[in-house]
Amino acid sequence: MMTTETLASSAVTGSRIEAGPRGAKPKTLTIARVGVYVFLILAALFFLMPLWVMVVTSLKAMPEIQLRNIFQWPQQITFEPWLKAWDTACTGRDCNGLKPGFLNSVKITVVGTAISIVIAALNGYALSFWKYKGANVLFGLLVFGAFVPYQVVIYPLIIGMREIGLFGTFPGIIIIHTIFGMPILTLLFRNFFAALPPELFKAARVDGAGFWQIFFQIMVPMAVPITIVAVILQVTGIWNDFLFGTVFAGRENMPMTVQLNNIVNTTTGVREYNVHMAATILTAAVPLAVYFISGKWFVRGIAAGAVKG
Amino acid sequence: MTQHSVSIRDLSLNFGNVKVLEHLDLDIAQGEFIVLLGPSGCGKSTLLNCIAGLLDVSDGQIFIGGKNVTWEEPKDRGIGMVFQSYALYPQMTVERNLSFGLRVAGMKKDEIERRVSRAAEILQIQPLLQRKPVELSGGQRQRVAIGRALVRDVDVFLFDEPLSNLDAKLRSDLRVEIKRLHQRLKNTMIYVTHDQIEALTLADRIAVMKNGVIQQLSDPHTIYNKPVNLYVAGFIGSPQMNMLHGTLNGDTFTAEDGTVIPVGTYEFTTPAAAGTKAVLGVRPEHIVLGDDVKRMPFTQEIEIEIVEPMGSDTLAWTKIAGKAVTFRVDSDVHLAVGQKLVVGFDPARGSIFNSETTNRL
Ligand SMILES: Nc1ncnc2c1ncn2[C@@H]1O[C@H](COP(=O)(O)OP(=O)(O)OP(=O)(O)O)[C@@H](O)[C@H]1O
Ligand SMILES: [Mg+2]
Repeated sequence: MMTTETLASSAVTGSRIEAGPRGAKPKTLTIARVGVYVFLILAALFFLMPLWVMVVTSLKAMPEIQLRNIFQWPQQITFEPWLKAWDTACTGRDCNGLKPGFLNSVKITVVGTAISIVIAALNGYALSFWKYKGANVLFGLLVFGAFVPYQVVIYPLIIGMREIGLFGTFPGIIIIHTIFGMPILTLLFRNFFAALPPELFKAARVDGAGFWQIFFQIMVPMAVPITIVAVILQVTGIWNDFLFGTVFAGRENMPMTVQLNNIVNTTTGVREYNVHMAATILTAAVPLAVYFISGKWFVRGIAAGAVKG
Repeated sequence: MTQHSVSIRDLSLNFGNVKVLEHLDLDIAQGEFIVLLGPSGCGKSTLLNCIAGLLDVSDGQIFIGGKNVTWEEPKDRGIGMVFQSYALYPQMTVERNLSFGLRVAGMKKDEIERRVSRAAEILQIQPLLQRKPVELSGGQRQRVAIGRALVRDVDVFLFDEPLSNLDAKLRSDLRVEIKRLHQRLKNTMIYVTHDQIEALTLADRIAVMKNGVIQQLSDPHTIYNKPVNLYVAGFIGSPQMNMLHGTLNGDTFTAEDGTVIPVGTYEFTTPAAAGTKAVLGVRPEHIVLGDDVKRMPFTQEIEIEIVEPMGSDTLAWTKIAGKAVTFRVDSDVHLAVGQKLVVGFDPARGSIFNSETTNRL
């Protein structure tokens, strides 16, 4: 029945159609558009060039590298440098490659991200819904904290950490990452919660829910998108950290970035560019993977801040 | 002293140095449907939030069910609240939205189930129980929000403009449903709105508010026909009451253009001295034409300026005593622009206010 109706109506309208534009406007390729594409492709090539050099160098043996054709694809591909970078490259006296650093980085990143996000979410929630005394002052301090240069506070922090006996320990580096992640993460969560309708909170209070029940049963389930954003920020931030790792982590907890630096800067013998390149790519792999996997989520999470429900 | 369901005594509330409510008194009887009516920003929601315990009052006391709850938590006040924006928990199904308060209170499973299914039956939302709020229409969401107050089995319901996010048709449907709900449950309901139709249709008594002060607290008929001051008279009624300015001398009212209107039939509540500046208010539907005119103390020949057919009746614009005036006639009466006819009204059905104090005379 539907079909006959459609047919009939299209037959009627068909006779009323005149010559000239009809339906969707066709896409045309203008000179401006071609220009934009050319520019974008060139820009992409420019930024990909270093990565290309790194990849091809890491796949060459040392003699081939000494030929200095840095852009050329290797005549003979070898994975030796990758194995060496992972397993046996020397950092000072130890020759265990990046392996231990990788494990340290994973530990620091996972624990540091989890703890800082839990605290920041609670902070943001308390700041936006429970207008306790001094909340505004605390918020002002946090915003200010986001602008303080690290260098200013590092030395006082070293002394403080030594006083409480946590300097150069695993809990020490976790505390440091939590402190420095706090301003931006709290801002993120506070703004997310502040954008929620306040009636939601009022309804929960009339329903008899308290501070923790509202947080865990109502706020946390809604905060998933913003939590994903926070996780991405913290994972890449902590993984890429070099300064705090060098200063606060201590020898046993050296993160991968610090070890990479030690490998690359070891001055004995020949400079093994292929091993250095492989080590660098290995170190960068985690944040790269995070970006590739989570890009979509990241955008969604950022956008979720603007929409309700 | 009879016991009131809700009693508000000398309540004041300030936000910093902004005084929103000042020395407000309100007693609400058991099972009464009270509507708080007023323009935006007059403090209706603030008063409701104070009753609910969501705002700490600056001064005064609140009694619910004879108990002083001024310092109690919202959950201990025996109230349920419905918000304009529904405020459903977005990540929970309708069923879990309804049962949230009961689960938080640690109620037994079968009791929760019993109450949820009863509320769902009353509000006819059984088929929706497993849906999330995003999968509901506005009307269904508001029903769930009402259900959330219903399951708590409270004595006092608080509604904060529950229908203002809905379209006109749904609004009138749900309005009837709320009225039906009240007749069935017989609990006390306090209902905030700025829609006068809702107020007039639902309320046992209406409290008309302005700047945090209750102007008049009466049943809808009195509010409409005997407003206590110019503000209430102008706020209630659509189109607005016609206002003629003039001077009062005993049994005559002399309009600004010299027209004399006999007001001997009007029942004054307070005697007015001769020469008092006054305002005579007449509702559009109290101006009559045709045969009825003969019985009116005041008549005048007028010319029709604008005609607005509203479907059920027709609104006409003209001038009486030199002032623009509207009147309402049956939609079958044919009126044409420029037409001349005689109309009249009885001041007894109107209202007379003192121009200076704006109070009813
Ligand atoms: N948190 C607050 N801080 C300061 N002033 C406030 C706050 N909340 C409300 N007000 C002020 O109190 C007054 C009353 O607000 P309220 O929300 O009670 O108005 P309302 O009558 O409910 O209006 P509407 O019909 O628009 O909902 C307004 O003037 C408002 O600006
Ligand atoms: Mg309001």
